[in-house]
Amino acid sequence: MTEKEYRTITDVKGPLVFLNKTEPVSFGEIVSLRLSDGSTKNGQVLDTSDEMVVVQVFEGTAGVDLDTGIRFMGDVFKLPVSKDLVGRILTGAGKPRDGGPDIVAEHNADIIGAAINPYSRRSPEEFIQTGISAIDSCTSLVRGQKLPIFSASGLPHNDIALQIARQAKLKDSDEDFVVVFCAMGITAEEYNFFRYDLERTGALENAVLFVNLADDPAVERLITPRLALTAAEYLAFEHDYHVLVIYTDMTNYCESLRQIGAAREEVPGRRGYPGYMYTDLAMLYERAGIVKGKEGSITQFPILTMPGDDITHPIPDLSGYITEGQIVISRELHQKGIYPPINVLPSLSRLMNAGIGPSKTREDHKSVSDQLYAAYAQGRELRGLVAIVGEDALNERDLQMLKFADLFENKFLRQSKDEDRTIEGTLDLAWELLSSINTKYLVRLDQKWIDKYHPTEKK
Amino acid sequence: MSEKGQIYRISGPVVTAIGIKAAMFDVVRVGNEGLMGEVIELHGDKCVIQVYEETSGIRPGEPVINTGETLSVALGPGLLTQIYDGIQRPLEALEEKMGVFITRGVDADGIVMDQKWEFNPTVKVGDSVKPGTVIGTVQETETIVHKIMVPPKKEGVVKDIKQGEFNVTETVCTLDDGTELQMMQKWPVRTPRPFLQKYAPDTPLITGQRILDFLFPLAKGGTSGIPGPFGSGKTVTQQQLAKWSDAQIVVYIGCGERGNEMTEVLSEFPHLIDPNTEKPLMNRTVMIANTSNMPVAAREASVYTGITIAEYFRDMGYDVALMADSTSRWAEAMREISSRLEEMPGEEGYPAYLSSRLAEFYERAGRVETLSGDDGSVTVIGAVSPPGGDISEPVSQGTLRIVKVFWGLDAGLARQRHFPSINWLNSYSLYPASLDQWYRDNVAQDFPDIRTEISSLLQVESELQEIVQLVGSDALPIDQQLTLEVARMIREYFLQQNAFHDVDTFSALEQQYKMALAILTFQSEAKKAIAAGAALEDVVNVESRTNLMRARFESGYLEKIDGLVDSMKKEINSAVEAEK
Repeated sequence: MTEKEYRTITDVKGPLVFLNKTEPVSFGEIVSLRLSDGSTKNGQVLDTSDEMVVVQVFEGTAGVDLDTGIRFMGDVFKLPVSKDLVGRILTGAGKPRDGGPDIVAEHNADIIGAAINPYSRRSPEEFIQTGISAIDSCTSLVRGQKLPIFSASGLPHNDIALQIARQAKLKDSDEDFVVVFCAMGITAEEYNFFRYDLERTGALENAVLFVNLADDPAVERLITPRLALTAAEYLAFEHDYHVLVIYTDMTNYCESLRQIGAAREEVPGRRGYPGYMYTDLAMLYERAGIVKGKEGSITQFPILTMPGDDITHPIPDLSGYITEGQIVISRELHQKGIYPPINVLPSLSRLMNAGIGPSKTREDHKSVSDQLYAAYAQGRELRGLVAIVGEDALNERDLQMLKFADLFENKFLRQSKDEDRTIEGTLDLAWELLSSINTKYLVRLDQKWIDKYHPTEKK
Repeated sequence: MSEKGQIYRISGPVVTAIGIKAAMFDVVRVGNEGLMGEVIELHGDKCVIQVYEETSGIRPGEPVINTGETLSVALGPGLLTQIYDGIQRPLEALEEKMGVFITRGVDADGIVMDQKWEFNPTVKVGDSVKPGTVIGTVQETETIVHKIMVPPKKEGVVKDIKQGEFNVTETVCTLDDGTELQMMQKWPVRTPRPFLQKYAPDTPLITGQRILDFLFPLAKGGTSGIPGPFGSGKTVTQQQLAKWSDAQIVVYIGCGERGNEMTEVLSEFPHLIDPNTEKPLMNRTVMIANTSNMPVAAREASVYTGITIAEYFRDMGYDVALMADSTSRWAEAMREISSRLEEMPGEEGYPAYLSSRLAEFYERAGRVETLSGDDGSVTVIGAVSPPGGDISEPVSQGTLRIVKVFWGLDAGLARQRHFPSINWLNSYSLYPASLDQWYRDNVAQDFPDIRTEISSLLQVESELQEIVQLVGSDALPIDQQLTLEVARMIREYFLQQNAFHDVDTFSALEQQYKMALAILTFQSEAKKAIAAGAALEDVVNVESRTNLMRARFESGYLEKIDGLVDSMKKEINSAVEAEK
C-alpha cells in the first residue's frame, strides 16, 4: 500500500476521474479519494499508463475537485469473507448497513471471480421444489441453475422471488438454502418489503443482503452483484452451503453499465448499451453452478423487468442467451387476478430434463408436463378463435381444450403466497385437471401413466 | 529495441508495451506473471497486445517478453478426445494445476509431450518426401489412425526412419539434409494450412436429421449458418450434428457459451456410440470450450484454434466437420477488442473488418486435394445468435453472404414444440444441384424428384393456410383439404424429430427416403380412394396410417416400413369398398 497522496487530477467527468504524474498503478487497483471536506470515496482504476490514470468512483463524483487527494491502495477490490456474513445486511459496497460491526475477514476474496473450468463442473440434476406448481411442473429448477424471472413494471415478481426463497428445498429434504440477496437500484420501499418479509419468516438469519438503493450511486451498482456472488462462492465452495442468489433488478444494473459506458465515451452497441454487455452479464450469471469435489452449490434467480414488456430488448435478450431458461411473468394473467401470473408458454428451463423423472420427481412428470403445455397452448389459441366465431363453432375436442385453459389458470397456476405444494401434489392436481379432457385427446400421455395415475381411468 | 520491453498502458484485455521489438501476431508474455498475449497493432515504438488472461493487478513498468512465435497450435497424436480452452490449453491439465477455477499465468501443453505412441513408418530410407507426405501412422484412438505428415516447407530424401514407441518430440525421421522430423508439428492459427487445390463438393454430409438431409442438405466441405433466437434449439441442433454426422473427425467449438451446457456435452459425449463405427463418439472428437466468462481474447482465438486443428486432420485425408457455437460471441469478442483499440466502428459497433473476418473463416472450409494428393474436407457449421432473433444484424448478414446453406431457426416453431424448429419456408441450401447425382447413385434414382414434391407440398400448404385462416378449412375443396392433411403429415411425422429419443434421434438416409415416399403413397392412394367415392374423413382416419407414423419411434423401422405402407394401402382400399 502506498501512502503517497496525489493531487494531480486533471479532469472529472461523470463517475470518472483522470489524473496524471503517478507512479505505476496497477489495472483494477482500488483507489481512495479524500475530498476537501474530509470525507472519503472509493474507486477503481479503469485504465492505467505512465502518463494518465483513469479512476471510476463508486460513490459518484459529487464534491470531487481538482484538489481532491488520491491514494492508491495497492490491491484490487476484495471482499472480506467469513461465515459471519450470514445474517448480515451490507451496503452495495460491502459495508455494514445494519449497524453491526465490520466483518472480521477469514480472508479477502477478489470480487471479479475466476471462471469455473467447464471440465470441473458437475451437471446440475438435483430437482429443487419451489412449491409453486407452474414452476415445478413446467419449468423445473435444478441446483446450480441460473433461471431469471422476466417481469415488467407493476408485476408481482418480488412476491414470487420471496416465495421461492422461502419455500425452495430439495425434494424430501428440510435442508434450507442460504439466500444471498442482491438489491441493485431498487426503491427503499421495495427493499423494506424484502427485509420485513425475510425478518417475518425468520429467513433473515439465513441470508446475506447486499443493498444498493435507487439513490445510491449508479456506479456502485456495478460492484454490488460481484460482492454478492463472491460471498455466495465463499459460502458454497468453502463452507458447503447451498446458496440461492436473488438479484433484483438486473435492468438497473444494465442501465448503470450503459451510463458508465457513455461517460467513458465508449462506442455503444444496440440501444446504447455497451458492446461488452453480453460478456459482462456472463461474468455474473456464469458464477452459478456445482463443481467437482465441492458439496455446495450456487443457484441464481436474477429478476429483470423488461422495458416496455419487450422480450427482445437487449437486457432480457442477452440474459436469455446466457441463462438456462427463463420464467416469464404475464401482465394478462396478473390482470385476471391470478397469482403467480406465470405464463408457462414462453417460459423454459433448459436443465429440466436432467432434474425430473423416476427417483428425482416422479416417472410421469415429463409426460404430464408436455401434455399440460400442449393442452394449455391449444386452449389459449382457441380463445382467439372463439372471439371471432363463437363457442358454437367448436367441436367437442376444442371445447374441452378451451375449458381446460381456464381450469389450468384458475386451479393450477393460482395458489396463495404461502401455499407450498409438493411436486406430487402438483402432478396429482395436473392429472385431476387433465381428466376433464377425453383421454383420446391426451396424445402426449403414455398409456402406462394413464393406467397408473388417471383419476377415473386408472387400473 | 529488444526481445524484452515493458508495459506502458493497461486497459482491460488490451495492453500497450514499449521498447519491444515485435512483429504482428507475435506471442508475448506480459507482466511478472507471464500472461499470454498476442501483438495486434504496432505504432512506432509502441506495440498493442491483446492478453488472453485477466489483467487486473498488472501495472505499467512490468516486463513484456517476446517469444518470437505467432499464436500456434501443437498438432500431433493426442489431439483427439481432448477438451481445450480457446488457446489450446487442455482443461483437464488446467484443473490439475489450478483446481476448479481458472486462474492465470499457468501454461499447459496442447498435447501431452511425454506420452509414447506406437509409430509405424510408411516410407523407407531412400524415399523422397515432400510437404504432406505421410511418413508413418499412429493408432491414436480405436477408430482413428493419425497420419504423421511432413510439415509444409520441408522436403528431401529419407536418410533414417524409425519404428516403435516414441513421444511426440522425439525424432522419428531424418532427411538427407539433416532435417529432423517429429510426430508433432506447430502451425500458426491465423494462417490457413496449404493444399493443392479446392474441389467442388459432390458428397452430402449425412446428419441423420431429416429436415437437414432431405430438404436442405449440406455438402462435405460446405458451409452452413444456423441463426436463431435463444431457446430455438441452436445448441441442440449443433450437438446433433456433432453426434450423428458422418464426418470422420468432429471439432466442436463452444465459443462464449454456457458453462453448464459444455459440461453436458462433456459428460454426454463419452457415453455416445457412433452409429458408423459402433465405438464411442469421443474417439473422433476434439472439443474447444471457451465459455462466456472466460477471457474474451481467448474467445476470439478459439475459432482459429479449432479450424486449424480441423485443417490438420483434413490434410490426412479425413472428412472433418467443425461446429462453432456461437460465431456471434466470436464477433462480439472482436467488437470488444476493437473498441478497446479505439478503432472506428462499423455497424452496431462491430469493427469494419467483421464481414471480411467471417468470410476468411468460412473460406477455410472446403473439399481439397491435400499436399499428398489425398481427398479431404472441412465442413463448417456456424451457429449465429442474432439479438432478438432479428437476422438483419451484421453478424447474421455477414454470415449469410458467405454460407451456402441457411438453416433458419424459428422461435414460433420452438414455442409450438416443433423440433428441430427449422423453418422450411425460408431456409435454403445451394448444394442440391451438385449433390443430386450422388443421391441418384446412392439412394434412389427419383430422390431429387421426391424432394421437390415434398417441398412444393409444404409451399402449397403455406398458401392454403392463408385462406384457411380467413374461411376455415371446411370451406376448401376436398383435394385441397387432402393436401393440408398430407402437409401436416410431412410436418409432424417427417420434419419433426425428437433429438432426445433413442431411436428417432438418428434417421438413416434410406429411411428418410422411404418415409417421404410413404407420405406421397398415402397422398396418391387417398386421391384415388376419394375419386372412387370414399369420404376424406374415412381415408384420413385409417388406423394403419397412424401406425405408420408412430412406428418411427421403434427400432427396426426401416425394415417395417414397407409392410406398414402395404397395410395402409389395403385399409384405404377397403374404405372404398365399404363405400360401395
